Amino acid sequence: MAKSWMEWEKPLLELERGISELREKQKLLPPDKAAAMEAQIQQFEQTRDNYIRVKYGRLGPWERVLVARADNRPYTLDYIRNIVTDWVELHGDRRHGDDKAIIGGVGKIGNRSCVIVGHQKGRDLKERKFRNFGMAKPEGYRKAIRLFDMADRFGLPVVSFIDTPAADPNLESEQRGISEAIAAGMFKMFSLGVPTVAVVIGEGGSGGAIGIGASSRVLMLENAIYSVIPPEGCAAILWRDAAAGDKAAAALRLTAQSALELGLIDEIVPEAFGGAHRGPKETAENVEKAILGRFDELDRMSPDEIREDRYRKYRNMGVQIEAPIGGRSG
Amino acid sequence: MSNKPDAFLRCEGCKKVLFSKEFVKNLRVCPNCGHHYRLSADERIEITFDEGSFVELDADMKSEDPLQFPEYAEKLARGFASTGRNDSVVRGMAKLGGFPVSAAVADFRFMGGSMGSVAGEKITRTLETAIDERIPAVIFTATGGARMQEGLLSLMQMAKTSAACRKAYDAGVPYICVFTDPTMAGVLASYASLADVILAEPKALVGFAGARVAAQASGGQKLPDNFQTSEFAYEHGMIDAVVQRKDVRATLINLVTHFTGGKHG
Ligand SMILES: [Zn+2]
Repeated sequence: MAKSWMEWEKPLLELERGISELREKQKLLPPDKAAAMEAQIQQFEQTRDNYIRVKYGRLGPWERVLVARADNRPYTLDYIRNIVTDWVELHGDRRHGDDKAIIGGVGKIGNRSCVIVGHQKGRDLKERKFRNFGMAKPEGYRKAIRLFDMADRFGLPVVSFIDTPAADPNLESEQRGISEAIAAGMFKMFSLGVPTVAVVIGEGGSGGAIGIGASSRVLMLENAIYSVIPPEGCAAILWRDAAAGDKAAAALRLTAQSALELGLIDEIVPEAFGGAHRGPKETAENVEKAILGRFDELDRMSPDEIREDRYRKYRNMGVQIEAPIGGRSG
Repeated sequence: MSNKPDAFLRCEGCKKVLFSKEFVKNLRVCPNCGHHYRLSADERIEITFDEGSFVELDADMKSEDPLQFPEYAEKLARGFASTGRNDSVVRGMAKLGGFPVSAAVADFRFMGGSMGSVAGEKITRTLETAIDERIPAVIFTATGGARMQEGLLSLMQMAKTSAACRKAYDAGVPYICVFTDPTMAGVLASYASLADVILAEPKALVGFAGARVAAQASGGQKLPDNFQTSEFAYEHGMIDAVVQRKDVRATLINLVTHFTGGKHG
């Protein structure tokens, strides 16, 4: 079991560094020598592309867990930077405080003003602490609820970016009612008469994710994961072995491909060649296109139809057998 | 608690030796220390609803093991063997002081009362029946949370049951939830917390994450002695009342009477 995505990224990053060094050198050469070097560089690039194609073309569930959690993967604010214009961030739940692990605000995607909420992770140690590792407390969900309400009253569609290991389970969270806050997030989302679209961009960590993700349409990036429990936690409970995360990742069927097969998400959004971290801008453009496509689809419905469509969607999730023999619903 | 008719038993709470007959008559609450023992769904139904009024619905609904998850089929079989039921939630129509209600009761002995597709569907139907019949919904929880053996399907039951709660809320149908030991995680973070009125039995475990995870996440902070209990939830305004088992039925009848007696609806 790979411990880190660096196990296969490291040789690739070294190759990429070598190629860019050669490109720099090439610029300083006279034209004839530069042309001679071109063939050599292209060969290296082909090697790189083949490596990416082979490795990223068949990532297993556990490897996808590692990619989804990679510390150079684009986060919510990176998507906002790349596809949102006229962004105004809004803060606070008007009850307790402002959660830095869930951000929210208004901005335009395409030419469309919308309310945007999302989990935010930090990149370096300091920022990670500031963002509480993307683990939201009750006030994060309550801020989102405040913005959902605004969206509904002003007729703005809602976009949720999902990227959290879990909601924060600490003492403060319990004191302020983290369970109620998550439940209330879904409860509010089911009342909205505007289009709501969720995009799982990294980790869809159970209740912490669904608390802002009970949307009309749910999209997942190619290498994102969505799970009822972290694979290590599942392995610890089932086999008393947190190191068996790879086995649990396979059993939990937590990849975008599995979620689509199970009919629990609507679309897989392709990442840039070699993963979102290799092409944040291109990946963000794919996300933008997918979101706008879903707005187009949902715009054709009245508020009541949007609510009914959303209710039906979740109402039909579940697989169970009804009669002792034959007969199946779900 | 085993079902064999021993004349005596030793209380898990205070270690005192109790007469079995007296213990059962006392609704499986220790007369000495007040320890509330877990009840099976049938025991709960018997002591809560009007005598003989409960009519079970969807009893044959079963999990299909949709992910072919390791050892899940065996666990389902064990759950069936220990409860005689097909899953953790029993639902049906019942009466409380003569008032019809749509009811659901969880049985912790079936895979820790966990919520997969079957439990999610039965809770959703319980709320939908309440809406269709315009009667209150009454749900007793006893659960470790979402059932990991159904993966993302289980997580989506949180959304599905919350959607049904929203429908009941918009329809003006009263929904009362009674937390019994334990009421945790994915169930607490969905339909359980969305009731109009929440009651809890004394000292039930009520919380978001397991104690060890919560302690770890809290760093060096000392957790209060009553952390993740009914009393802790009450102290922080998360539930309406902690109610002794002997008073649950009367409290429910009072609530149902008030909520169905509105003249301005
Ligand atoms: Zn006792």
